Amino acid sequence: MKFLRDTWLVFQRQMQLLLRNPVWVAVGIIQPLFYLLLFAPLMKQALSAGGPMTDEQAYRIFVPGMLVMVALFSAFSGFGIIAELRAGVIERNRVTPVSRVALLLGRSLRDVVQLLFQAVLVTLLAVPFGLRVAVGDALLAYLLIGLMTLLLSSTGYALGLTLRSEDAMAPMLNTVIQPIMLLAGIFLPLTFAPQWLKNVANINPFKWATDAVRALFAGNPGDDAVWQALAILTPLTVLALFISSRTFAKSVR
Amino acid sequence: MIIETSGLRKSFRSRAGRESKTVEAVRGVDLSVAEGEIFGFLGPNGAGKTTTLRMLATLLEPDGGSAVIAGADLRKDPGEVRRRIGYVAQGGSTWDESTGREELVLHARMYGIGKADAQRRAAEALDTFELAEYADRRCKTYSGGQRRRVDIALGIIHSPKVVFLDEPTTGLDPQSRAHMWGEVRKLREMGMTVFLTTHYLDEADALCDRLAIMDHGQIVAEGTPADLKQEVLGDVVSVNAREVAKAADLFDNAEYVRKVETTEQSLRLYVEDGASAIPHVLRTLDAEGVSIEGIELHRPSLDDVFLAKTGRSLRES
Repeated sequence: MKFLRDTWLVFQRQMQLLLRNPVWVAVGIIQPLFYLLLFAPLMKQALSAGGPMTDEQAYRIFVPGMLVMVALFSAFSGFGIIAELRAGVIERNRVTPVSRVALLLGRSLRDVVQLLFQAVLVTLLAVPFGLRVAVGDALLAYLLIGLMTLLLSSTGYALGLTLRSEDAMAPMLNTVIQPIMLLAGIFLPLTFAPQWLKNVANINPFKWATDAVRALFAGNPGDDAVWQALAILTPLTVLALFISSRTFAKSVR
Repeated sequence: MIIETSGLRKSFRSRAGRESKTVEAVRGVDLSVAEGEIFGFLGPNGAGKTTTLRMLATLLEPDGGSAVIAGADLRKDPGEVRRRIGYVAQGGSTWDESTGREELVLHARMYGIGKADAQRRAAEALDTFELAEYADRRCKTYSGGQRRRVDIALGIIHSPKVVFLDEPTTGLDPQSRAHMWGEVRKLREMGMTVFLTTHYLDEADALCDRLAIMDHGQIVAEGTPADLKQEVLGDVVSVNAREVAKAADLFDNAEYVRKVETTEQSLRLYVEDGASAIPHVLRTLDAEGVSIEGIELHRPSLDDVFLAKTGRSLRES
């Protein structure tokens, strides 16, 4: 299986480089800590308006939102690919018979591993604050987070390879990611939203993902939101992988 | 012939503001390269050298034409072409945070070479290009010349039949440049066919067995450096004078002058025998009272060939 071997080759290289420069681990811990310490207490108060709430309940709503948020940030993978493009690494890869899908998938899988590590970390950090979740439910939630990462990081790579400039990439990502984040109900569940806003949010696939992860953290793996999110994210991810691997294959100048 | 192309074409759409126009970067390139030679593509920046090279290396799809490289058809089977060629890009190809050895092993493995074999090849290449000392340092610590040598080593790690080098010495200091010429000749000794682009006249002259001169997307001359210079015919007497145009008129009908060309400050006379022509030239100029600032006799250089073919000097373009 040449494709699997090539994917493993690219993945290995990317992991090696990732582990060589472990700054991201520190950043990955500090960022969620900020939210847990500085924002979660505020949110608990805000949510208590609808009735008294325990710490555990509050973190069951808050932590899933944070996990989806970190997953959304994996679209920033595109910046890395622009640097590789500039260094000539992508062109050097493209002149070999290596599988083009592997060039993408090896990198995206690195992003998934990195993100799942971060997701586990966030979950564990929330435990002392009162979060409780069943292992099986958490694993299913991680599967959803992993899918989202695959979807967004491959989209990020396609964007980076197409735009070829950080200056074009940054405003582009901000404009797209901001409304997606707001409309996913990451910080406050959309149950408080007016009806028209709920309607708009329904076309955001990541709203469904947030709902699903929340249902899993609430201990309801049988909730409709879970299979709905899987049914929405899976074809989107396949589509993103397809389009993005084509940008790796296409002549880039 | 290890490379044969016919009618290779490529145009790009470029946008300037709202207007989009089509630039014909390569318009019909026919060439053949023999096995084991160093073949050079000489021409000014923007002549279409890199575009042609990138097409041959499967990185750009041609708009038209065909090519067979090392027995594989470029249009029908680019995958097979990739297996048989190596390509070294102009701008470098190493990642700052990787070591030279890691890059070489990975690159070899991307050609489907097994791990142990890849490691052996990497070690060999590091020796060949005198990089063993730095093999396990990160590429960001390398000098320009060292980095360039890693690029070349990467290009040949899978023992290709043909290796394409895009401007192999651009940006190198004179010493590294001389060193690089040695490396390129080494590739030929190893049995590879080398296809390189350059805009340096001395490089084309000293390094290449055969040349194609390219301008505005087309090949304007092809042959060995000696043949090309022969084509220009004879010697060149160049005269620096203030009134170039007036001076040029004087030689229009002179029997011993084959061709007259003018640039901004100088008049170039193509003559059969420079030594016997100079006294005539001086006498003619003196008789008409044209004062000269200098006179020079030289054997034609590749620049003269370029000038004769395009009407411009390569140094000026």
